[in-house]
Amino acid sequence: MALHKPYLDIPGTTIFDAEQSRKGYHLNQFCMSLMKAENRARFKANERAYLDEWAMTEEQKQAVLARDLNWCMRLGGNIYFLAKIGATDGKSFQQMAGSMTGMSEQEYRDMMINGGRSIEGNRYVGETK
Amino acid sequence: MARITASVYTSHVPAIGAAIDHGKTGEPYWQPVFRGYEFSKQWMKQNRPDLVFLVYNDHATAFSLELIPTFAIGTAAAFTPADEGYGARPVPTVIGHPELASHIAQSVIQDDFDLTIVNRMDVDHGLTVPLSLMCGQPEAWPCPVIPFAVNVVQYPPPSGRRCFMLGQAIRRAVESYDEPLRVQIWGTGGMSHQLQGPRAGLINKAFDNAFLDRLIADPEGLSKMPHIDYVREAGSEGIELVMWLIARGAMADVNGGARPTVRHRFYHVPASNTAVGHLILENNG
Repeated sequence: MALHKPYLDIPGTTIFDAEQSRKGYHLNQFCMSLMKAENRARFKANERAYLDEWAMTEEQKQAVLARDLNWCMRLGGNIYFLAKIGATDGKSFQQMAGSMTGMSEQEYRDMMINGGRSIEGNRYVGETK
Repeated sequence: MARITASVYTSHVPAIGAAIDHGKTGEPYWQPVFRGYEFSKQWMKQNRPDLVFLVYNDHATAFSLELIPTFAIGTAAAFTPADEGYGARPVPTVIGHPELASHIAQSVIQDDFDLTIVNRMDVDHGLTVPLSLMCGQPEAWPCPVIPFAVNVVQYPPPSGRRCFMLGQAIRRAVESYDEPLRVQIWGTGGMSHQLQGPRAGLINKAFDNAFLDRLIADPEGLSKMPHIDYVREAGSEGIELVMWLIARGAMADVNGGARPTVRHRFYHVPASNTAVGHLILENNG
């Protein structure tokens, strides 16, 4: 019997469950390696060569090279792990979160200062405000 | 006999730590956040505990996907602030309390909660930001700290119900310790926030304030709220709030005693991507 996943109808959200974790294991462990300064330096010197040291899929490597965090998440990435790529690039968590929304950095920052994204219209896929 | 004197609840947003470390607390963006903790720092000085039992979550720092403990208790003598990719925070080493931590581990495991015992662990912003908010920037933290890490990174985290009952078991464990220590228990994380996907930036003030109300007045009922309500209403990372129920479960009123005094309550949006919530509850028995 399939596991009950009541969270699949939440819009714009990927829940990092056991299935995503299994898919993203090597991608996330690559991210974890960027906690060490020497690994950050090696990655920055030659990203492709560094990625090729990991048992990631080609698509996962492409998603990292493109710095497309939504794509990384679909392939099993978790934001707390992916944040290590952002830290390596010198990006703040807000810049990383904002990059997934289709908004500019300034628009996202302004939205947060004005109280954040409203829950109204954002509970269920297909819901209208 | 050791006893739990108070519980403290607070968000642990990493950008708050960065603002403190880089001297930005006086900037207009940050002033309202830190004003909400002015009382708390005074209260902490006047009510200095012998020990803080600090419930938090690790953010892919000490625990990668190699090992994902649902509940992990730090029994080491000391814990080093972690380098999370920006360099380690310039904060004091966290001094543990191996004797009480081991006592709690043994008691709580015999009480049916299967803890992971950790003798080596770096601690990330989840633990050090609450200490900074409550204690400022001292040369050394005012007391030992027992780190208690909860998995909220890989779904599912423990249920609110399980967290609440664990808090009750921690209270029993503390009260069976012979030394007369005054212990505070802190629950950290939250409030509403989502850090990922096109829905990133979600904030739900109505949910957050109702959560604070119920945490004070009806924690047992609140503990029955299912995961999906946290995720849908408070964002994928808002589910960190289950950790507050561990601290609340350790208070007197849900263990046959008197109701706590609400000493302080604060709420502000935003700190970076997150709604900041904060409560101090004092035990009355």
